[in-house]
Amino acid sequence: MNNLIDFLSFSDPNVRVVTLGTIFLGMSAAMVGTFAFLRKRSLIGDAIAHAILPGIALAFIFFQSKNPLILMSGALVSGWLAMLAIEYLSRSTKLKPDTSIGLVLSVFFGVGILLLTSIQHSGAGNQAGLDQFLFGKAASMTLSDLKSYSVVAVILLLSITFLYKEFKLLSFNPDFAKTIGLPVKTLQFVMSTITVLAIAIGIQSVGVVLMAALLITPSATARPWTENLLYMIIVAGAAGAFSGLVGSYISFTAPNMPTGPWIVMTLSFLAIFSLLFAPKRGIVAKFQLQRQNRKKIISENLLKSFYHLVEKGDYSESFFSKSQLLSKRSFTETELSKAIGLLKRKFFIISKGDTFSLSENGLAEARRIVRMHRLWEMYLTERMRLKSDHIHPNAETIEHIITPEIEELLLKELNYPDEDPHQSPIPYNP
Amino acid sequence: MATKEIPSIEVHNLTASYNRKPVLWDIDFKLPQGQLIGIVGPNGSGKTTLLKNIMGLMEPDSGYVNLFGKKLEDIREKVSYVPQRESVDWDFPANVMDVVNMGRYRKSNLFKSLSKKDKEISTQVLEKVKMLEFAKRQISQLSGGQQQRVFIARSLAQQADLYLMDEPFVGVDAATEESILHLLSEMKKEGKTVVIVHHDLQTAYEYFDHIVLLNTRLVAHGPKEEVFTPDLLQEAYGGRLTVLSKIGDLMAKQDFPVREREFKEKEGSGDE
Repeated sequence: MNNLIDFLSFSDPNVRVVTLGTIFLGMSAAMVGTFAFLRKRSLIGDAIAHAILPGIALAFIFFQSKNPLILMSGALVSGWLAMLAIEYLSRSTKLKPDTSIGLVLSVFFGVGILLLTSIQHSGAGNQAGLDQFLFGKAASMTLSDLKSYSVVAVILLLSITFLYKEFKLLSFNPDFAKTIGLPVKTLQFVMSTITVLAIAIGIQSVGVVLMAALLITPSATARPWTENLLYMIIVAGAAGAFSGLVGSYISFTAPNMPTGPWIVMTLSFLAIFSLLFAPKRGIVAKFQLQRQNRKKIISENLLKSFYHLVEKGDYSESFFSKSQLLSKRSFTETELSKAIGLLKRKFFIISKGDTFSLSENGLAEARRIVRMHRLWEMYLTERMRLKSDHIHPNAETIEHIITPEIEELLLKELNYPDEDPHQSPIPYNP
Repeated sequence: MATKEIPSIEVHNLTASYNRKPVLWDIDFKLPQGQLIGIVGPNGSGKTTLLKNIMGLMEPDSGYVNLFGKKLEDIREKVSYVPQRESVDWDFPANVMDVVNMGRYRKSNLFKSLSKKDKEISTQVLEKVKMLEFAKRQISQLSGGQQQRVFIARSLAQQADLYLMDEPFVGVDAATEESILHLLSEMKKEGKTVVIVHHDLQTAYEYFDHIVLLNTRLVAHGPKEEVFTPDLLQEAYGGRLTVLSKIGDLMAKQDFPVREREFKEKEGSGDE
């Protein structure tokens, strides 16, 4: 706990620089990455991140300096070349885009590693730390580094603020953007440049190998939670910033822990959480929906069994035993008790000892389901010309999903029929 | 706007190809203003390619296109394009109003947000296509017909004089089809020119006044009564010309230039 207070108080200037730096880098990479994600360019981001390495090494070899702006210029040039190479290969050869991306990534990265190794063996005085571009070097960030990266980050944020509207259109429908006369090529150039820039500064915290995670994972985290692009960018930015904070905190409390990989770990946890638990799009939400569907189906099927028992007025008693219900349709023991429980909770059935009766609401609901079934059978025979011995299985499913609006349409289209194709009466509410 | 006699679209000797394989051969026609015009032909006959060339989305190998007697660049704001519905990913974080607003984007409002007037226009056109109640609906939740109406609304928001629509009737429900047809007749009354790529012969005669019959080459164009003759239809739909497609395949295989350089000039020199 003391650790946390120490950390959050920012009393240590070094901690302050590193934490602010990773937060800023994480946020800007995530926000720019949203557009790469939506344009389905996630893999290109990964390739560019790797392709930046030779640029950094060459910049160092030529200028013998580790000034971040010089290294970043080198990064920008090789990142750009890689992007052009991918585009050229996909357009002018028969290679598919994934192959072009893979080729460019490995060739550039290979050259980068080669140069890096030769720098290390050349014994140049200040080469130390260059290899940290591989896995990030957040912990050794200095105040002047922070200043340079902040300037770049601000440029990135300003670009997506002022070109938000155009970037949105460009990501959704680039052809249309062209036909209304927007300078699409320039806009694409700007978008690609800020992507390369975001990657070039982002590798300071996580390194080239993990950079794609910083660019893309925040968008994958944000997407299931919102259908609004602006919110998506903000949520992605927040995820990027939060992971920067957590990463620095962990490496602050456990000095042997690297910052970059922990940033990526945090992001991955966020992404997994989001894929599992996001409303509607999440795996759990889908699973729950399916469970609800199953519940709806068995309880409605049981209601139908009740209806079939009372339909012809054969019984003087309205309470039925489980075996009587099972005579109309088979359920497993667990299904039956589950369905009974569900119907009781909705007060569709009333129990008396081991026997059960429909309530008035239950009867209306049972009638509705049977009506849906028989109406749909009518529709299948009259509109889809199916034979009457082929329609039952289809109607067994569809009866559960027909909404009141669709019922209205069916009734109108079939002109309020009295009987289904098997001459059973279609029950309307009295 | 230009006087009535100037053709809405003039396509001059246009040849276009994908990966060196010509898909349109020397297309040449002029279309009138203020009519509903169908570009009709079988699958793979180059209808969409023609539209893309007219809209400057593809660079032709030779020939040029004039709109109301001018180059596209000089008249962009008077021309509107409705791409095929399937050409975009509808699982994009935006709502109906966002997409319609895109019709108000201009070179002149780059960096700026839309004005109040822009938003008023978007609302009006959504009402026109009967989609106003869905203005806030996520586009990922729209039916095919609703998607099409959103695209048409976006195009109406441009307030152009010439509209080019790529297969707006494909995969839409009867209600949408009716609403599009109603809209088209209104647009015609307002003197707009609407050019529609359409592959269904059955309905083409009913929908359009003027028809361009295409099958990688121009088969015929003119008022529908003149174009819809059994001979011409047979020519357009009776398969490609064998020799022509063989030549096309050969050019792609040999990586052969579609036009020699001296004939590439847009004004088309040579011994005409």
